[in-house]
Amino acid sequence: MYSEKVMDHFQNPRNVGEIENASGVGTVGNAKCGDIMRIFLDIDENQIIQDVKFKTFGCGAAVATSSMATELVKGKSIEEAMKITNKAVMEALDGLPPVKVHCSLLAEEAIHAALWDYAEKNGIKIEGLEKPKSDIHEGEEEEEEDY
Amino acid sequence: MDKLIYLDNAATTKTAPEVVEAMLPYFTNFFGNPSSIYSFAAESKKAIADAREKIANSLGAKSNEIYFTAGGSESDNWALKATAEAYGNKGKHIITSKIEHHAILHTCEALEKKGYEITYLDVDEYGVVKLEQLKEAIREDTILISIMFANNEIGTIQPIKEIGNIARERGILFHTDAVQAYGHVPINVDEYNIDMLSASGHKLNGPKGIGFMYIRKGVKIRSFVHGGAQERSRRAGTENVTGIVGFGKAVELAFANLEERNKKETQLRDYLIEKIQKEIPYCRLNGHRELRLSNNVNFSFRFIEGESMLIKLDFAGICASSGSACTSGSLDPSHVLLAIGLPHEIAHGSLRITVGYENTMEEMDYVVENLKKIIEDLRNMSPLYEDFIKKQEK
Repeated sequence: MYSEKVMDHFQNPRNVGEIENASGVGTVGNAKCGDIMRIFLDIDENQIIQDVKFKTFGCGAAVATSSMATELVKGKSIEEAMKITNKAVMEALDGLPPVKVHCSLLAEEAIHAALWDYAEKNGIKIEGLEKPKSDIHEGEEEEEEDY
Repeated sequence: MDKLIYLDNAATTKTAPEVVEAMLPYFTNFFGNPSSIYSFAAESKKAIADAREKIANSLGAKSNEIYFTAGGSESDNWALKATAEAYGNKGKHIITSKIEHHAILHTCEALEKKGYEITYLDVDEYGVVKLEQLKEAIREDTILISIMFANNEIGTIQPIKEIGNIARERGILFHTDAVQAYGHVPINVDEYNIDMLSASGHKLNGPKGIGFMYIRKGVKIRSFVHGGAQERSRRAGTENVTGIVGFGKAVELAFANLEERNKKETQLRDYLIEKIQKEIPYCRLNGHRELRLSNNVNFSFRFIEGESMLIKLDFAGICASSGSACTSGSLDPSHVLLAIGLPHEIAHGSLRITVGYENTMEEMDYVVENLKKIIEDLRNMSPLYEDFIKKQEK
């Protein structure tokens, strides 16, 4: 069901780990739904993303999209990173099955959440960046199908 | 990867070579339609009668109480929908459990849309139906109790005898989905007061696309598939002769070796359970330790998600299954794991391993060795594990 690229990024995920004293950290997703992504960014004084790491709890697509998203933003300016959409992540992975498209959205949100954290810490405003909607909602009640 | 370790026998089983052998002549030599008059077709007709008799004997039933279907799902649909139709004048209430297969649950939902009322019984933390709750749920207008014999995900075996007694005392029909249990657990329909029972061929080394329903004499449900007069006018369509022959052979083999096979599977199961509990931290065995199918192992591993585990096991040549949302095609994890009280995030990290009599102890070692490494890798990648460790350190 997955493309070779997805399988490659799942099997050999790039940039797994943490960055100590990261410039920005963003965590999105929900353990109840089965996906949580955390992205760490190291951004230099010229607003270039020097390093990026991730940790993900989730399915094969969640790991692969996180991995690909980190690849895409590494070495980029904040402005360039803001242009990386979930579509770009999907295309770079040669597509995702329809039920997994939300994973790529999560990857985009995780990058944005980390950038938001960076912006807040530094008291700056990033053009086009909004406060991340989703975050970990542990213990939150959710509607579910009743059997 | 050349190695293939098949550990998903609850999903399906390998068709036994003896079964294939038995089926083959009915494709090319004895291909006649059992309904035809000429003597050439008599061979097909006889083969069906033989298989039916073997199956009836295995359940302590009569041959004319066995009706062949296309599989477990059809049998489940038939039992529920036809009972609702035939007994709808008497009442519109049906009792089932929260951990049934979707062939039951989704059929119940369809019946609810038609004005039937369904009570979904809870189960305890091991997945056992609560008998007191069952008794309390029975009403004047209850027409059917449908409880599975053994659960497909966690392997828990239900107190079928007690349920059958309760149903009989109150004069309510009792159907059991025995798809996972038939051929693995001895079943006697009279002893257990079972009125209807669903079973499927491919779960006991028979072919796919063939099942049956046992319908006790006197139960008045009608045809579900309309057409010809096959199956005593209760299930139309030219008989799946090869499937029926294969099913019959599989039943013969399963019951001839039932004890021996159960013993071997139990050994493999218990070895695997104990080894996982010993070697992998933060795990939980799902289901009952004793009241479980001899082939079923189901664990939840904290901080990780099931599909990732399955893909990595697949790389190691191991076929297993999970109750995570990602494998169910919805955002919710398995309804069975939620019913036994697991929080969502733990249900997402579940793994089902169902052994077969051909598996070996060496394979169990190989599985644990790989699983250990896979879980470690995934935990090292998991933000939930990171948070947990940091909390521990504080």
